[in-house]
Amino acid sequence: MSSDEMNVKPLEYQTEDGQMSIVGFWIFLAAEVVLFATLFATYAVLFGRYSDAPVPGNLFEAKSTLVMTLILLTSSFTCGVAVFEMRRGSVKSLLIWLIITLALGLSFLGFEISEFMHYAGEGATLQSSAYWSAFFILAGTHGVHVTFGIGWLMMLLIQLARRGITSVTSRKIFIIGLYWHFLDVVWIFIFTGVYLIGMVV
Amino acid sequence: MGLDEFFVTGEPLIYAGMVAIVLVSGAIIFLLTYFKKWKWLWREWLTSVDHKKIGIMYILSALAMLFRAGTDALMMRTQLAFPDMNFLDAQHYNEIFTTHGTIMIFFMAMPFLIGLMNIVVPLQIGARDFAFPYVNALSFWSFFFGAMLFNVSFVIGGSPDAGWTSYTPLAGAAMSPGPGQNFYLLGLQLSGIGTLATGINLMVTILKMRAPGMTLFKMPIFTWSTLITSFIITFAFPILTVALALMTVDRIFGSQFFTLTGEGLPMMWANLFWMWGHPEVYIVILPAFGIFSEVIATFAKKRLFGYNVMVWSLILIAGLSFLVWVHHFFTMGAGAFVNSVFSVSTMAIAVPTGVKIFNWLATLYKSKIKTTTAMMWALAFIPSFTIGGITGVMLGMAAADYQFHNSYFLIAHFHYVLVAGTVFGCFAGLVYWYPKMFGHTLNERIGKWSFWLFVIGFHVCFLPQYFLGLDGMPRRVFHVVPEWFNLNVISTIGAFGMGLGFAVFVYNIYYSYRHSEREKTGDPWDARTLEWATTTPVPEYNFAVIPHVKSHDAYWDMKQKGETIYDESKLEPIHMPNSTGRPFIMMAILAFTGFALVFEWIWLAVAGLIGALVIMGIRSFDYDEGYHISVEDIKRTERSARGQSHELR
Repeated sequence: MSSDEMNVKPLEYQTEDGQMSIVGFWIFLAAEVVLFATLFATYAVLFGRYSDAPVPGNLFEAKSTLVMTLILLTSSFTCGVAVFEMRRGSVKSLLIWLIITLALGLSFLGFEISEFMHYAGEGATLQSSAYWSAFFILAGTHGVHVTFGIGWLMMLLIQLARRGITSVTSRKIFIIGLYWHFLDVVWIFIFTGVYLIGMVV
Repeated sequence: MGLDEFFVTGEPLIYAGMVAIVLVSGAIIFLLTYFKKWKWLWREWLTSVDHKKIGIMYILSALAMLFRAGTDALMMRTQLAFPDMNFLDAQHYNEIFTTHGTIMIFFMAMPFLIGLMNIVVPLQIGARDFAFPYVNALSFWSFFFGAMLFNVSFVIGGSPDAGWTSYTPLAGAAMSPGPGQNFYLLGLQLSGIGTLATGINLMVTILKMRAPGMTLFKMPIFTWSTLITSFIITFAFPILTVALALMTVDRIFGSQFFTLTGEGLPMMWANLFWMWGHPEVYIVILPAFGIFSEVIATFAKKRLFGYNVMVWSLILIAGLSFLVWVHHFFTMGAGAFVNSVFSVSTMAIAVPTGVKIFNWLATLYKSKIKTTTAMMWALAFIPSFTIGGITGVMLGMAAADYQFHNSYFLIAHFHYVLVAGTVFGCFAGLVYWYPKMFGHTLNERIGKWSFWLFVIGFHVCFLPQYFLGLDGMPRRVFHVVPEWFNLNVISTIGAFGMGLGFAVFVYNIYYSYRHSEREKTGDPWDARTLEWATTTPVPEYNFAVIPHVKSHDAYWDMKQKGETIYDESKLEPIHMPNSTGRPFIMMAILAFTGFALVFEWIWLAVAGLIGALVIMGIRSFDYDEGYHISVEDIKRTERSARGQSHELR
């Protein structure tokens, strides 16, 4: 490989370790797709099985879920900007954009928790019926993923501040970027497939 | 909770089991202490990230599990030998058929095959290790501790008793209260993490780390079967993860997925379970196909017939494996149309499988067959597996399945494919690659004894079960009626024949360790693929110089041209990963977490989970770069292994 080509390749792809980790993470994401697909399928099969619990149409609100969607979509955008800044080699703006991403992720999580508490207050809990079990586990699994991502990102921020942009840290940031965008895609399906449909049926 | 609820009480057989566990663990602790081997155990094995050592640990554990689940099987066969036997009561019988099935699939078949993949695949593709050695160690320990968590159930808390398929509502909290079923859920969940990680790891290894020149269609066929298997693992195991998690949440946190209350849907479990479960069948058979292909090509001294077609049939089988799951419950009543679709897709699998059978036969055709023990396992596989396959097509016809369903006909069918396919494959693979692992071949004479005992025992055991099924004997009954007596007693005799065959196999390991000639050439079978190009024992870096591959059967070609893979002028320092105890510790903590969840001690489980997360965090901050082996060290190792140690002086 000529030195020109090396320059074209982003830093995270320049070592063999970096390349393999990224391929491995893509395959892991494929497994995650199957995991969420199974949860969506379970939700679809159990749709309408409310038993004595409230109907989702009465609980879901367009406004709050739309706000959550916008927050998460924006966080995906800021995460993309962060990787862009990383490619430019600017540690400071990389850190700033990642911290914005983190803040947006945290506020999404706050909204989701208050949503769940609201539903529980209205009598829709994990235990109330098959439908609500499927709802809470599907949305909750996404929420747990976001929580995990937040913790992970915090650790990477510390490593970035300590070490700057190296082939290892850039690989780590790139991979958490993939993870974060993936969670965004899953949320779009939850927003449309669960919330929007749940509101009208 | 009192101690009498914690420990299983009142069963003499289980008391005997407890005594055996205490004695065996005591003996191991004593021997390790007496010979001062604790440090050795920790440094050389428990913290190793070397794929060869991890592979050996997988296989040792799998053999232990084969012993445990085989004992279950013999106890079942003893109970069924005569009408109205009272060897086991109904509850104990339920527990034993559950643990037999679960252990054989999860803790015997898969780890055995994954162990062979661990040892062989990097060597076959000319790589120095897995793509992610640390993750590989994590995978092994997750399997190991998952298996321990599951196995401890028979003395602490009680074994699961709802069958290895654990159908709801029977397996739900209402009908199976107590910790037994939780052991099943958490043991499998823990080991499932490792299996998924191994799938990803192997896929990256094979896709990214092949020696230069080895294109996909020049890969050895076992590596191909591993690649396809890891693909199936990656797309099937998340389904099991979800299914197990949902049932766990049902049982421990009161959700309503598979319950009879709250409009839950018990048959949803059967769907989820088999959407994973059928691909799983191919996860344990495709690698065996790969092993047989290697063994047959080696001992027929021919290139595998129809290599490309063999690969494409593997791919086709893998694709179809995701489209047939409903055939496990045709009688659920999904309707004629659905059953017809799944009936057709099921029977379609027979086509690529048949292609493979004929390709093996064509490889053997007009060849000079060397009947080594490994080859005999492969030769026995072809007709035995075909019987299992054909009866599988019979079961695949939905209308006929209403008669066969849950009868011994089914039991005979899947033992014919799983034993004749997977178990014969594991034995063939172990015998075949044994010299690469341990530096000496297994004794052929004793090996053939174990072969004949096991194979004859196998047919005597399972052939009668087809007819028992046709006579109407259902599975999972613990009393037989006099009409079924003759065939049952024959079957039991066969089962003990298999047990004897296994015992002789294990004895052969000991005997060969003591008496077998040490292997010096690195290539005792005059074989064809790259793993035989390395010296024996394989150095930790596998290949001093990464070989260049020009054709299929790379090593065979090199031998024809008089080349070796070693070229001292091309040596460079080799980068190696450091050993680490974290995978062991992390999985031990997760096993503790699982154990706490089994007894629904939620806060203890939360603490365990935090502990595991802390270890992941430590790993994230760890920038351990590994170390390099110097050219001088490589030279020394290679010269002594290649019998040129005098030149060094």
